Amino acid sequence: MSDSPFIARGFHAKRAPAKPDRLPPGQYETRDFPVLSAGPTPHTPLAKWSFTIEDWAGHSLRWSWDEFQALPHQTPTVDIHCVTKWSKFDTKWEGVSLDTLLDAARAAGVVEGDHVMAFSDGGYTTNLPLADVRGGKAWVAYGYDGAPLPAEHGGPARLLVPHLYFWKSAKWVRGLRMLQGDEPGFWEQLGYHDRGDPWREQRYQGDP
Amino acid sequence: MSSATKATPEVTSARSTPVRLEWRVAKVKAVRDETRHVRTLVLDVPEWPGHRPGQHVDVRLVAEDGYQAQRSYSIASPPEVPSVELTIERLDDGEVSPYLCDMLAPGAGLEVRGPIGGYFVWDVSLGGPLLLVAGGSGIVPLMAMLRHYAAADAASRATVPARLLYSARSADDVIYRDELARLATAAEIDVRFTLTRGAPPQWSGYRRRIDRAMLAEVGWPPPTGAQSYVCGPTPLVESVANILVELGHDPSHVRTERFGPTG
Repeated sequence: MSDSPFIARGFHAKRAPAKPDRLPPGQYETRDFPVLSAGPTPHTPLAKWSFTIEDWAGHSLRWSWDEFQALPHQTPTVDIHCVTKWSKFDTKWEGVSLDTLLDAARAAGVVEGDHVMAFSDGGYTTNLPLADVRGGKAWVAYGYDGAPLPAEHGGPARLLVPHLYFWKSAKWVRGLRMLQGDEPGFWEQLGYHDRGDPWREQRYQGDP
Repeated sequence: MSSATKATPEVTSARSTPVRLEWRVAKVKAVRDETRHVRTLVLDVPEWPGHRPGQHVDVRLVAEDGYQAQRSYSIASPPEVPSVELTIERLDDGEVSPYLCDMLAPGAGLEVRGPIGGYFVWDVSLGGPLLLVAGGSGIVPLMAMLRHYAAADAASRATVPARLLYSARSADDVIYRDELARLATAAEIDVRFTLTRGAPPQWSGYRRRIDRAMLAEVGWPPPTGAQSYVCGPTPLVESVANILVELGHDPSHVRTERFGPTG
């Protein structure tokens, strides 16, 4: 075990990062958009797609694809950070703010918890504190770089929570389940951190 | 997080006191050239907790001036051997892989932490039949599975037939070529190759990108409940995983690991 870093003799930066203040510790900038998923890419027809916010007491609010498209949308430009070490700057998205969705759900009687579990086609889940998806910090995105979001990047729609590592931005998202207390999602059960703040380098369980 | 972690709910009970994965300074015991661009580092990691076939480690390089770079590399060695082997493709334009391939000689130190990842793993207890599909250096985590398979007793192997389909650019780009030939005979693993950018005249394997006809030929029929693991560049993994599902395989039995090369 080592608290102070071991110096790799002879190693030096190949090129200085262009925007070091935007690069969290241990990350490097990529211009590509790598794809990482645990299984095959699901292909859900839009006619069968819906987005649901539900609580533990049986209340829920559900939008069809057309209803979802009719909601007010935003076009955030954000930096994203993957736990596999790449970061990508100035990515351009189109989608609905989770504030819009959560406000509508609350008005419809859905009880808010202190955490949410996002769930997706293909069985993927990820847990998030409610505070991380409220306050203009999170979206359900269906557009990327001026075009519909491609399936391999999570289309028709994915969560976008850019201030956390990107596994929290669940691909193929179909809804949020309110939680009273935190529960681990898919990767969180397999050793990844419950919150995943890249600036604190919360990659794995046990990281500070 | 322990080496025994499984993708089952029981792990939640073990999460209450998470132990941090600490950085450890491994010692390079040996280096081995696999191809012109690929080298294996054999590492002695102090207090290595063990791993499951398919898991990876993080590597950290810290320069004298404090600059640091991290990358993830799959573990190529099976749990049965005490050392941890990383097989690294050298990317000329990369920052970390040229250092690992060119600068590290036996006796050198290297910071690692792990093992990481608990989904793209297979061991004999998970059963089969087993289909492994690799593209390029995507063979590395699958090699840990094959070496583990070969280390199992013959009776266990007899209940879990295993096949590997490995796509490489050319015969010279095939990593672990001799060892795969040995494993095919010694452990009765059905090993098939396809070369996408030219094959030698007497080549008896496939000569094209992996397609539906090839997977229908090499893969297990869907009712067998086969476990499939696909690792390689994103276009190959997307295509292979989609075809396996189209052929009738249960998507939850098709596990993927996609990467561009990591520099």
